[in-house]
Amino acid sequence: MKFLAEGKGELHGWMHPDEARKWMRENKSRALINKLTTMKEAVQHYTRDGDYFAMGGFGHIRLSMEGIYEMIRQKRRNLIMAGKTSVHDVDILIGGGAVDRIDCAYAHGHELRGLSPSGRRAAQSGKVKIVAELSNAAFQWRFKAASMGLPWFPARIMMGTDTFEYSSSKIVEDPWTGQPITLLPACYPDFAFIHVHRCDKYGNCQIDGTTIEDVELSRAAKRLIVTTERIIDHEEIIDHPDRTVIPHFIVDAVVESRFGSHPGNMPDLYYSDEQHMSEWLSLSRTDEGVQEYMDKYVYGVKNHEEYIELIGGIEKMVYLSKLEHLEVPLDAPWARRGK
Amino acid sequence: MGEEGQIMEYNTTELLACIASRELENGTSIFVGTGLPIIATMLAQRLHAPDLLIVFEAGGIGPKIPTIPISVGDSRTFYKAVMAASMDYAMGIAQAGLVDYGFLGAAQIDKYGNLNTTVIGDHDRPKVRLPGSGGANDVGSLCTRTITLMRHDKLRFVEKLDYLTTPGYLTGPGAREKAGLPAETGPYRVITQLGVMGFHEETKEMMLLNVHPGVTVDDVVENTSFKLIIPENVSTTSPPTSEELQLLREEIDPSGIVIGK
Repeated sequence: MKFLAEGKGELHGWMHPDEARKWMRENKSRALINKLTTMKEAVQHYTRDGDYFAMGGFGHIRLSMEGIYEMIRQKRRNLIMAGKTSVHDVDILIGGGAVDRIDCAYAHGHELRGLSPSGRRAAQSGKVKIVAELSNAAFQWRFKAASMGLPWFPARIMMGTDTFEYSSSKIVEDPWTGQPITLLPACYPDFAFIHVHRCDKYGNCQIDGTTIEDVELSRAAKRLIVTTERIIDHEEIIDHPDRTVIPHFIVDAVVESRFGSHPGNMPDLYYSDEQHMSEWLSLSRTDEGVQEYMDKYVYGVKNHEEYIELIGGIEKMVYLSKLEHLEVPLDAPWARRGK
Repeated sequence: MGEEGQIMEYNTTELLACIASRELENGTSIFVGTGLPIIATMLAQRLHAPDLLIVFEAGGIGPKIPTIPISVGDSRTFYKAVMAASMDYAMGIAQAGLVDYGFLGAAQIDKYGNLNTTVIGDHDRPKVRLPGSGGANDVGSLCTRTITLMRHDKLRFVEKLDYLTTPGYLTGPGAREKAGLPAETGPYRVITQLGVMGFHEETKEMMLLNVHPGVTVDDVVENTSFKLIIPENVSTTSPPTSEELQLLREEIDPSGIVIGK
């Protein structure tokens, strides 16, 4: 196989497949073990300063926000984030001082809400470093390589662009076609959080709706913390084995986290909280505002129940459930500003 | 709201949404990104293309989008869908040739339709840091034809991009194939507030096709930093119809989240 080109981005998360096999063999229990724990303990035991990590879901969809708040409370520092469509997750983590480097497919944007004032300021000032660029499919397939115990995965993307030049990928001559093809390095995050609709105490998980990158990410992560809206009986899992998307033997910890994706969307349960997003987007225009937000919503509460009370309690969650089910119209204060 | 058949007032965003929606054919598949592309797709789905197969990168495939999604991954993107899949699935079918069109946006574009959504200024010390590729590089690499929706001015239609995020025709004819990208793929249309552009069949350079009502060819040339091919005949697009506008305002984006901007 003829080597053709190499991106100049920093390579993070890669391991030799034999090293990865050893990790999986020695650290992942195949037995049915009760893995229920608290968010506090999960963050203490499974996340470390300087780790390379990924969040499941889609930046503001099916997100483990409670895990993010707890990492900030425990003052995690110098984390490198897999910016795989990172939206509100990376924004809050930068604001909270936890992330200082991003392996970047998508960050500093809030999709329809516009650019993120806080994340963008951090990237432009150099407070946060972009260690490499890549595309969304590149991330997906880096996790896929890892999930299959392969050193890399081939794809017909990024070729001919600066996205490749700044990536950690390589281009080789494909021995079958004789044409150039991109080899994406496997990506094994040190840890990942994945928020699910329901799971049993062993970590067998069901997700409603799109799985996004989580089937592959769950197998790629060296340490996997599952957070769940609801704990269900093991019998419910084995009665519907076709619904299991993450099995217990790759899960390290299970934390019950009701409304854990707020202010993000949790498909079929609650839509994103645009009043809250607006408050963040306004406050995060200044560093003082970011601090005010953190003091109020992260440091000012003891746990997620207190946080949910603060954002409007069960009444707010009922409204977001109606919004999710198209029973009330969307009101997005950030959209009114532009008019 | 105007009377039936009467020409109504419209803003630039509404115009872009209408023009873009008309490019979409029934029975084809399209990869859709955040914002204006979704609005245009929803409009097409409600008018001439009910069987438009919409693909979202997070895995929503074949939805009937009920109201504007805030994210290309939120629950609206697989409402009444034929499949709630994964990014692996969505990107995989694009790479396998099953996605006909891809919708893109950009901060900068050059004459070969290459796009920048990563940085303005130097990569390591950016003047403005933008979100990056997201799924754009994948859409631009893998979909058969791409349609770019963006604002038209000299700072955006540039001779040289600050950063090439997503491939258009790269350096010209044959460059995509030489780089290893799938054959018979590339930019198809660029739709702006001034007009509609295509690409010259042989040189792969951007070419003006239509101007919007009230816009002259000179307006387009003056707002483009590179040399745009101007054919002899440049027709004028038809303005948004009252039916299109009513759908946009009353059903698709009643809160004016996108079209109110």
